[in-house]
Amino acid sequence: MKISLSRRYRFAASHRLHNAKFTAEENRRLYGKCNSPYGHGHNYVVEVTLTGPVDPATGMIANLGELDPFVEREVVEVFDHKYLNEEVAEFQNRVPTTENVAREIFRRLKPFPAAHLERVRIEETSKNSFEFCG
Amino acid sequence: MIRITRKVEFSAAHFYHNPNFSAEENRRVFGKCNNPHGHGHNYVLEVTVAGEPDPETGMVLDLKELKDILQREVVERMDHRHLNYEVPELAGKIPTCENIAAVIWQLLDPQIKQGKLDRVRLYESPDLFADCVANGQAATGGHA
Repeated sequence: MKISLSRRYRFAASHRLHNAKFTAEENRRLYGKCNSPYGHGHNYVVEVTLTGPVDPATGMIANLGELDPFVEREVVEVFDHKYLNEEVAEFQNRVPTTENVAREIFRRLKPFPAAHLERVRIEETSKNSFEFCG
Repeated sequence: MIRITRKVEFSAAHFYHNPNFSAEENRRVFGKCNNPHGHGHNYVLEVTVAGEPDPETGMVLDLKELKDILQREVVERMDHRHLNYEVPELAGKIPTCENIAAVIWQLLDPQIKQGKLDRVRLYESPDLFADCVANGQAATGGHA
């Protein structure tokens, strides 16, 4: 039996799905409403899953007193109330689909020292979600 | 293979305290959860059993039976109890979400006679949960 711990965080951000290599027509066809030039936004939910031994002294895989500020600094402060295309360096040359957001958030959280990052799962809306396990 | 999941809720009190730590260390490591008066949660437990449906009944395991097992093994032991004092299986352990989920796995595993216990997911709050999964099983996503 293997144990994991998962914690959910939230941020709200805007984005636009647009690839400069495509024509305007191609962008509209591929991305539909998400190509609207002014951008649009979501309430993102980020579910972070950690694995590792449960420390017998604390009963914990990871102390939320350490995890929460780490995620706050690495993700929430970077993404919350931002326009992802212009204000998050990673997306200046990469389409900020939630697939790419999941991969970027995984990259940012991977160095968390106290436990193994098993998975990042993002709900872009309550109807869709994206997972990245490295 | 089919997975079936049953959800049950229980409410319980706990606090985190390690007698081997100084009072100062306990406060630093456990923060608000160290309040000796305890505090409580509405825990939500999701239990998943995996197996092939019986050709005669069409069921992996009768959900009524799973419901009875959860009632007997978990709800009667933990509902409206103080987890630090009233659940012998947790004696000597800090009653974190990880440890409670592991104890629930140990309690349920021998009781599941049809199919196999596949996952125990225990929510302490909608934003914090622990999963126990069978060995070799990749942790699966999905939120209730």
